Amino acid sequence: MVNGAPIAADVEDRTLLAAFLRETAALTATNIGCDTTSCGACTVLLDGESVKSCTVLAAQADGQQVTTLEGLAGPGGELHPVQRAFRAEHGLQCGFCTPGMVLASVSLLQENPHPTEAEVRAGLEGNLCRCTGYHNIVRAVLAAAQEPA
Amino acid sequence: MSILGTRVVRTEDPRLLTAGGSYTDDLRLPELDGAVRATFVRSPVAHARITGIDAGAALASPGVVAVLTAADLDDIPPGSDDPTAEPLLATDRVRYVGESVALVLTEHGSQGEDAAELVSVDYEPLPAVVSLDDALAGHTLLFPGTETNVVNSGGDPAPAGAFRGCDVVIERTFPNQRVAPVPLEVRAAAARWAEGRLTVWASTQNAQLARDAVAGAVGLEPGAVRVIAPDVGGGFGAKIAVERDTLVIAWAARRVGRPVRWVETRNENLLCMVHGRAQRHAITIGGTRDGRILAYHLDIVQDCGGYPRFGPFLPTLTKLMASGVYDLPYCGGTFQAVVTNTTPIAAYRGAGRPEATAAIERAVDLFATEIGMDPAEVRRRNVVPPEAFPYTTANGATYDTGEYAAALDKVLAGARYAELRAEQARRREEGGPVQLGIGLASYVEITAGDYSGGETSRVVVDATGAATVYTGSSPHGQGHQTAFAMLVADQLGIPMDQITVIHGDTDQVPHGVGTYGSRSLQLGGSAVHQAALQIKDQARELAAAMIEASETDLELDTTRGIWQVRGDPDTGLSWAAVAGQAGPGGLAAEVDFRPDSPTFPFGAHLAVVEVDTQTGRATHIRHVTVDDAGKILNPVLAEGQRHGGIAQGAAQALLEEVRYDPDGNPLTSTLADYAAITATELPSFELIVMETPTSVNALGVKGIGEAGTIGATPAVHNAVIDAVAHLGVRHIDMPATPQRVWAAINEAKGSV
Amino acid sequence: MLPAPFSYRRAGSVAEALDLCTEYGDDAKFLAGGHSLLPLMKLRLAMPEVLIDLGPVRELSYIRDEGGHIAIGALTRHNDLERSGVLARSVPLLAHAAGQVGDPQVRHRGTIGGSLAHSDPASDLPATVLALDATLVAQGPSGIREMAAAEFFQGLFETALEPDELLTEIRVPVPAPGAAGWSFQKFTKRAIDWAIVGVAVQGHAVALVNMAGTPLRAAGVERALADGAPPAAAAAHAAEGTSPADDINASPAYREHLARVLVERALVEAQAG
Repeated sequence: MVNGAPIAADVEDRTLLAAFLRETAALTATNIGCDTTSCGACTVLLDGESVKSCTVLAAQADGQQVTTLEGLAGPGGELHPVQRAFRAEHGLQCGFCTPGMVLASVSLLQENPHPTEAEVRAGLEGNLCRCTGYHNIVRAVLAAAQEPA
Repeated sequence: MSILGTRVVRTEDPRLLTAGGSYTDDLRLPELDGAVRATFVRSPVAHARITGIDAGAALASPGVVAVLTAADLDDIPPGSDDPTAEPLLATDRVRYVGESVALVLTEHGSQGEDAAELVSVDYEPLPAVVSLDDALAGHTLLFPGTETNVVNSGGDPAPAGAFRGCDVVIERTFPNQRVAPVPLEVRAAAARWAEGRLTVWASTQNAQLARDAVAGAVGLEPGAVRVIAPDVGGGFGAKIAVERDTLVIAWAARRVGRPVRWVETRNENLLCMVHGRAQRHAITIGGTRDGRILAYHLDIVQDCGGYPRFGPFLPTLTKLMASGVYDLPYCGGTFQAVVTNTTPIAAYRGAGRPEATAAIERAVDLFATEIGMDPAEVRRRNVVPPEAFPYTTANGATYDTGEYAAALDKVLAGARYAELRAEQARRREEGGPVQLGIGLASYVEITAGDYSGGETSRVVVDATGAATVYTGSSPHGQGHQTAFAMLVADQLGIPMDQITVIHGDTDQVPHGVGTYGSRSLQLGGSAVHQAALQIKDQARELAAAMIEASETDLELDTTRGIWQVRGDPDTGLSWAAVAGQAGPGGLAAEVDFRPDSPTFPFGAHLAVVEVDTQTGRATHIRHVTVDDAGKILNPVLAEGQRHGGIAQGAAQALLEEVRYDPDGNPLTSTLADYAAITATELPSFELIVMETPTSVNALGVKGIGEAGTIGATPAVHNAVIDAVAHLGVRHIDMPATPQRVWAAINEAKGSV
Repeated sequence: MLPAPFSYRRAGSVAEALDLCTEYGDDAKFLAGGHSLLPLMKLRLAMPEVLIDLGPVRELSYIRDEGGHIAIGALTRHNDLERSGVLARSVPLLAHAAGQVGDPQVRHRGTIGGSLAHSDPASDLPATVLALDATLVAQGPSGIREMAAAEFFQGLFETALEPDELLTEIRVPVPAPGAAGWSFQKFTKRAIDWAIVGVAVQGHAVALVNMAGTPLRAAGVERALADGAPPAAAAAHAAEGTSPADDINASPAYREHLARVLVERALVEAQAG
């Protein structure tokens, strides 16, 4: 299941979840930024928890719920509080790290709904951003924590 | 009230936050249906002769469409006669690990990596030239037909007597290390040859320069090439125009007659995208014990990497800005740029100016420590005073406007400098393991250094009353769509949501220069502003005729976007009405804005670090800055530029360094090894507002894209050294890693 | 980058996993969370022909208080260890160390068994279970076998597991009241990086991360502690018997220095705790 819809495809055994989402499911918000599980650009939610989809085989996700950035907003298109906060706080520039950063933040707030600044920074340690210096991303996550979900 | 100067959130973001951007590898266009996937075969050795390439096994691998090598480049214009010219694919030699040797085209992306491994290339190793000293010695030359590895040089040694009258003279040599730009989106391109035209989609900071490069490389008229820059996931200078790999992709599409797609891996990105900085500085600074700096000399050796791209030019910018914010009786220097068997060097956020600032700001701190004076006071006593502007430096830069001492004082006040020094003294007194360091940097930099190239704009208001802005300035995260729409909304009163900004497509914007060197707002923005003014003039004339009133009696109510006779809303005409009257094309104005000079933003940074003197770890805990770039169009965007710049600057001071072993093998070719800075290594930043307008353009704006990087590196670097200065440490090379700090403390202990 | 081609097989139970392993022999590797193995496969530093995915083997994900010891299923994720109330009460060192592994995404996938079986001396958990005197339980065609952590780690990426054996459980003795003090010190370049040097202390047991080809106990420190030495004096022995690597992150001399500093800090913290 990807973003609530079932998707079935025969793919090569070595297909990574990130490639499956981008090529097979045609969901290109999930970006690939490195080869070593370092950058977090490919972060998606797997059964509600953040994972780096470049280090998960598509086959391993069989039978699980995958959420990508495209599936985060509500059914009427209403933005998730984290999406709203990223915009309000200018938490993105080039946008490439953003899908992963947003989903990592959603997972972080699920596990720790009222984090301190230090906890936000630690919680985003697996996501690189080269544009924002993280300043406004951290502010956005803290702001989202203040909003009712 | 004008929208300019107000906090407008970005119009770019809803799409980026819901669907994600549309970066080059995301394109799902019908034009690219059936595209083959490209994978490069790259040199595993730093310096070698190529004695043979056998593609037989690769050609037999599943899905392989073609394996192309330099031998296939027989349908393009001959390369330059310059012996240092860079080929598209390596011919008889490779000069750095990662250099492209062959291109494998496959039906599917997954087949490329397997097939590329099967291309057998015979390399006959040559001695690798890796260190600057080896390059200068010239025992091994990179380019047959040359007599030296030095590809550019200039300047003069210090004249006799330059340091006369100095009570103290300090000399020190230190590196400004090689760093990797690491845009989160790696390099990517797609190309299609159809009906005699080549269309290239590329992750580039400037489509028009890329088009000219493609046209030149493959031998087409520029008009037969269309370059489109989709969303670009960061560039930081490393995506200026396009370089050889993208040119090969464009060529290959024509060669095989099928669309070609390519996206590199991060490993390739760290090996093959240009690196930045890579200078060695030898500074000499002298002055009097009462804090007056009398002379400063900087000798630069620039590492250009395997081919002289932008590298040879970088030290000329460093030399131009060498004297920084200071009024110096003598400032001079020399530079030499050399080629080495490493990744080529080009522009990276600041490109030549951060190096100048790092050198002099380190030198000023060394001088201050030597004479026992507070580094803030030394700076205050030597900066160019406000009344001296415009101020021409010994190296020929003419600074437009500046309030250098005021910027420094604002930062000192904002940081509560006296309290910080008291806290530092307290910790030193207590002698605990965690010491406090306070680092300063005052800077001035040059933006729109290539101002004479100008920037283009075309603004159209159509019969629906909507505006379209065509700009030659193409963003990669800066927020041009928001900023340029604000400029139009400000002048014409057309709502932001009815203004479209188009960029990065050479068919829609044939002439333009692009985004680099902090030029976009002052050149591209000024061009948009001027075009809007012209539209306003045209509209005034039309509206006057329509209302049958005198032009001088007309006003534009910019809160509603309505033309009317002054004070008489009943006469109101909308933009739709006026533009409709103008004919089918609506109202249109085109501007190529070329100012008379560059601008010189300035500021001051103060960094606070804690250094654990037992482990050597420096932790960056505060960062306070003034970055004065003239008038601020949108504080939200300007702050974002400062934040990102500070992070990259701090990263160079503390963490990041591209490293090679003595044979030229890269040691930092993944993001697990190259320590790109993360959220856990940085504090939140404290930004102080200061706006000293320039008179160079009507908006009063300077560039702000690179300022953060320029100020942050020396501030953080100086802070680390300041934290352990009482232990006798005078200098630590960047990046000031824990091991280096620990070693410096040990060495100082040994020498006491 | 993508791995060289392989065949993917799923195991729904321990028995199925072992059957698949018997079927494919040396060509197969077990896949747990995949956060050690898949990165190596993408870089083509590992090229198994068959991957046996243990993801569906839910029976190996548990943390149970068995009285004298805590039994942990090998497929328990770092994130579950980090948030376990049982561990927080009985073996907080392990919960804390698990929370230091990689980043949140890694901890959502990575498992304790995968980490231990990978036997990377720079990983956090091998040294932690060594300090805890854990027992590792493996199951193979010939039955169940128990190994002390000290015997389990044989070298860089080498363990005492037979190729046809699966690590199934980690048994961690609940520290005695007199040895309840603990500390975990990890010195990294950035928070997400592997330890340049790390130290796990439980009571008077001291284990080092990344000071040799395997995690190892700081025997000199432990002897000094047994003789009643205070932390500083005991920590002076931290580098004895180590053979730290020389790499881009640190020289051996610096690693030895860090080991002494971190051991002292760990001992002070453990004693204060």
